Amino acid sequence: MQKVNKLQPFFENLVFEREDNHMIVNFGPQHPSSHGQLRLILELDGEMVVKATPDIGYLHRGMEKMAENMIYNEFLPTTDRMDYIAATSNNYGFALAVEKLLDIEVPRRAKVIRMMLLELNRITSHLFWLACHALDIGAMTIFLYTFREREYAIDLIEDYCGARLTHSSIRIGGVPLDLPKDWIEKLQAFVDRLPADIADYEGLLDQNRIWKMRLEGVGVVTPEMAQDWGCSGPMLRGSGIAWDIRKEEPYELYDEVEFDVPVSTTCDSYGRYKLHMEEMRQSLRILKQLMPMYAQTTPEIMAHAPQYISAPKEQIMTQNYALMQHFVLVTQGMRPPVGEVYVATESPKGELGFYINSQGDPYPYRLKLRTPSFFHTAFLQELLPGHYLADVVAIIGNSNIVFGEIDR
Amino acid sequence: MAQHKINYLQEGGLPVALTTVDKLVQWGRSNSLWPLTYGLACCAIEMMATGASRYDFDRFGTIFRASPRQADVLIIAGTLTKKHSPFMRRLYDQMPEPKWVISMGSCANTGGMFNTYATVQGADRIIPVDIYLPGCAPRPETLQYALMLLQKKIRTESASKKLKPKRLV
Amino acid sequence: MMRAYQDKNNVQKKPYYTDRFWVAPQIPKDDVESDEVFASDVKALKENFEIGEAYIQRGQLVVYINAKNNVKVLKFVKEKLQYNILSEHSAIDWLAKRGEFEIFYQLLSTCKKKRMRIKCFIKEKETLKSVTSIYKSADWAEREMYDMFGVIISGHHYMKRLLMPDDWFDYPLRKTYPLQGDEAAQWYEIDKIFGKEYRDVIGPEQRDSARIDPSDTHNFAHIKHEVPFGAKPSDKEVFTDYQEEGGVTIIRKLKKEDAKILKGRP
Repeated sequence: MQKVNKLQPFFENLVFEREDNHMIVNFGPQHPSSHGQLRLILELDGEMVVKATPDIGYLHRGMEKMAENMIYNEFLPTTDRMDYIAATSNNYGFALAVEKLLDIEVPRRAKVIRMMLLELNRITSHLFWLACHALDIGAMTIFLYTFREREYAIDLIEDYCGARLTHSSIRIGGVPLDLPKDWIEKLQAFVDRLPADIADYEGLLDQNRIWKMRLEGVGVVTPEMAQDWGCSGPMLRGSGIAWDIRKEEPYELYDEVEFDVPVSTTCDSYGRYKLHMEEMRQSLRILKQLMPMYAQTTPEIMAHAPQYISAPKEQIMTQNYALMQHFVLVTQGMRPPVGEVYVATESPKGELGFYINSQGDPYPYRLKLRTPSFFHTAFLQELLPGHYLADVVAIIGNSNIVFGEIDR
Repeated sequence: MAQHKINYLQEGGLPVALTTVDKLVQWGRSNSLWPLTYGLACCAIEMMATGASRYDFDRFGTIFRASPRQADVLIIAGTLTKKHSPFMRRLYDQMPEPKWVISMGSCANTGGMFNTYATVQGADRIIPVDIYLPGCAPRPETLQYALMLLQKKIRTESASKKLKPKRLV
Repeated sequence: MMRAYQDKNNVQKKPYYTDRFWVAPQIPKDDVESDEVFASDVKALKENFEIGEAYIQRGQLVVYINAKNNVKVLKFVKEKLQYNILSEHSAIDWLAKRGEFEIFYQLLSTCKKKRMRIKCFIKEKETLKSVTSIYKSADWAEREMYDMFGVIISGHHYMKRLLMPDDWFDYPLRKTYPLQGDEAAQWYEIDKIFGKEYRDVIGPEQRDSARIDPSDTHNFAHIKHEVPFGAKPSDKEVFTDYQEEGGVTIIRKLKKEDAKILKGRP
């Protein structure tokens, strides 16, 4: 333990000169391409990384502790701040976990809206990933282009829920609102527009010599390593294992829509880049199929479970019993049955899991957030050694980590 | 030989302007504010969006710099945690004078929704803050407005006199 | 004045209303035999190890094992039962109730498409054997568990705090730890940056974010009635605009009537 002294962070204890000519480089916590507050202690032999020790926790806000002190509905907006690039996928993961705990079924229209939001979030997340990744490698143009398209997707989400970044657009038991007027047409325009833009990015990057040299053969993740380190999402699929929770353990209506699970067998960063691009196309494909499905649904958007979920607003305003029940649910919170669930969903980054242990109280006894980036960051310990210092940035950018969900 | 005849008496034609050193220096400072690329949490994404194509921060003369030695403005974009606070103080100390701080979002202002053991309840416990930006996360327009307010604040300050020590908490 | 009684062993928030006669329903625990794959898994486990309760809850197998042979069981589960990914591993604090931690390993088999949860109990001072030799993803999960609960792991290559700073006092996710931290936590950054003697200068944390005091200029002042720090509050309304009255050289101020408003998004 270090002695308390004024303004002496821990890295001052590091020995920078060593007998074996290895140099220790302290990377971060403030580094423009560390995607948040990642601190890496790199041991370098010349320019080669020999040992990497990631240090996290610079954004640890105590979400799991907060969850134990909040009723279930209160905690939902907090989940926004985990993976803040695709906030709805966190909301959804939590809502689904609680729904599974309560064992309630969500109306079909809510399912369609949720899926639309989830896929839009996947697209914004992947666009953002490409923007930052390319910016780290040195392709500034891509950053400006992808942010342009990302804004269009965010406009759509904003039209729906009013927020750009922290959506809270999903409730336990359904969605709060129906789609606004003309939303489907706007979504159609977006879906029509994006493939050409994705082709643009690929035109700029696919055969770009610098891009290829920086990514090909860099950050090779073998299937054994990926499984061993608990990788999920694009990192797992990038090593040739076709595992997509949407396909394997379908939730919502993912078993009714058609989509492919792209897999990369080259196992390197370039393969994962191609995979991300393909995933965006698949998301668009899902969105295309969802639009006609929406028209065929009935207008219910919240599940009917009076014990756990408030009645629609009109009923609360007009019916006495609904008002009382709403009052109790808001002030005391719902009391789910005793037991535990672990529910995994496919967030844009990988497997986002919520483990809830309920003791019948309005507050969860234990809520564990299983976030993909946490395990991907731990994986850096094994992935980085053997690479050059310049590749460190490429690998961090490529593994799509977000500190909100690593540190929680 | 061509003669260039300029009528200096026409409006705006006079290549001479009278001003005070104070005004000139602060005008220059206010229009070339270089913030530090210092993203902490969610607000950093909005900060990036502000710098990107639709909102285009560059037209205010703000260009993000990666080193605190080259930066004038520290935008605290996100939740400041206890573990991170010494590092932020260190970054602030590394910035050359004059320097300004924008606290972006509820978390940096007051701790916001994270009223927990790990979060600093307001970045102004560590460093003096000039502008507080409400919102969770504030929209890019809000950040632009905050920057314009900061520019105004700078223009009204004196360049020659030593600045008063800023408040802490 | 009497202080409300608070259980020191569990300082988490409690519901203010409890019904004595309310018995919370249980999530059904299905029989293991109801699923073929799980039935054979449990059978194989039972043949090799001494295992406790086993049931299926919400489609996932839950098996209780003895904490002593966690490494052996997980090795068996990985190699023989093909649960190839350890998705999550953490603890639950039951210290107040029965003086032990519940440890769970959440496993996934990508070939069988099944999820299983292996659980065990350890006492507070007992050590748990590290499973990093079997699943490397347990590396940080174990460090986090140590950081948050103080569960001691033996055989881990780098057992240090992960999320909290190294000089942090106490384990935040224990039920005895208050949400807003103990004294060491509340003054952590002040002690660290300025030194203990500055505690009086900076003052305690203001943790009630709902507090509104119009005459308080130290924190957030009255909106539209802002005054400099420490000055007396005034009723005079202050209009804040981003430009001075006289305008600024070169910069043109946008007038509302000059603004071009787009009908739709391009």
